[in-house]
Amino acid sequence: MATSVLRELHESVEDALRALGAYTLFAGRLAAETPRALLRFRLVVEQVHNTGALSLVIIMMSGLFVGMVLGLQGFDLLERFGSEESLGSAAALGLLKELGPVITALLFAGRAGTALASELGLMRATDQLAAIEMMAVDPVRRVVMPRFLGGIISMPLLAAIFSMIGLYGAQLVGVQLMGVDQGQFWSQMRGAVEFDDVMEGVLKSVVFGIACSLVAVYEGYHSMPTAEGVGRATTRTVVISSVSILLLDYMLTAVML
Amino acid sequence: MRQTRAIELGTGLFVLLGFAALFFLVTQITSREFGLGEGGYQLTASFEQVGSLKPGAPVSMSGVTIGRVESIAYDFNEYRARVALRIEPSYDRIPDDSDAGILTAGLLGGQYIGIGPGSSETFFRDGDRIEFTQSAIVLENLISKFLFSKAAEQQPAEETAQEATK
Repeated sequence: MATSVLRELHESVEDALRALGAYTLFAGRLAAETPRALLRFRLVVEQVHNTGALSLVIIMMSGLFVGMVLGLQGFDLLERFGSEESLGSAAALGLLKELGPVITALLFAGRAGTALASELGLMRATDQLAAIEMMAVDPVRRVVMPRFLGGIISMPLLAAIFSMIGLYGAQLVGVQLMGVDQGQFWSQMRGAVEFDDVMEGVLKSVVFGIACSLVAVYEGYHSMPTAEGVGRATTRTVVISSVSILLLDYMLTAVML
Repeated sequence: MRQTRAIELGTGLFVLLGFAALFFLVTQITSREFGLGEGGYQLTASFEQVGSLKPGAPVSMSGVTIGRVESIAYDFNEYRARVALRIEPSYDRIPDDSDAGILTAGLLGGQYIGIGPGSSETFFRDGDRIEFTQSAIVLENLISKFLFSKAAEQQPAEETAQEATK
């Protein structure tokens, strides 16, 4: 009884370590392929369209509502201290440094990450990847790399759009609905937000972009070639990306604060 | 062929929108101003205490922003903080006996430099130094001053009361 529990524990630890190792090796391989893949920019542009441009609607809608609720909650909270003019700086810092990158990354994992994983998984299941290999074309170079790079390029742009629309939403509720002074809103924001705050958000979203894209292409590429395998790869993509985004977010914030 | 054109158009639009958003965030939300850094002329002023004044803070006269704080450093010759101000070129008629003080905008607002005009006939030029300065107010000093003056007020009153009862 005790030995079987121990053996299971041993096996699960070994599995986790093996997965970490496989991820690292795959990431190393992708990094080594990056310069060459950037030369074939057409394929990357196609994937920027798939992951970025097609995610625009969900990002903009979410950004607007997150900004609006931030305006509402922020106003309610700040009014208790009699400093509702600080709403602008509170909303801007919250959006730029936390909500923008994190929520964009979570939505990205759900919208674009699953699409990438299931696409690659289906290619695997229907032997398309094997067919590409038969033609002496490296599937990592031709299929995986453009998707990986496209995700990394899209993420910071999506996060910037999210933050901008979010600010508009906060302004809409705070100024138009709740009656914060328009000039105070913007000038307090300008006084409080530094260039480094914007760059912190951009850096975070680049890191999240790398993490999300890596998880999606890894899970898709290594999925079981069955219908169940594709489904499992998609689920794992969302779960692993979401957890690693939040984990990375804490670590990055602790380092940069 | 038409499909690739649509993809290109969508991607181009997306990238343009993304960079426009980034540009908006950097230029409109932060207090940083681009391209204006080298214009205008520089003044310096030294303060006993700069408080929480930061580079980029506004320099104002009567509430009108006429420039920005360029740098803050500690000067070991004077043992005071040395603040460099960048004044916009159109404001070139500031009397050279004007005074500068570090003020606070609102209760929770940031600190800025306020310049009060003097009465001299000659004006500040590039590289000049503002002689008359007033330091930032440190809240702790203010409170301790207030408490000490209260204590000093009370002590003589107590002494006279004791003499009267004798």
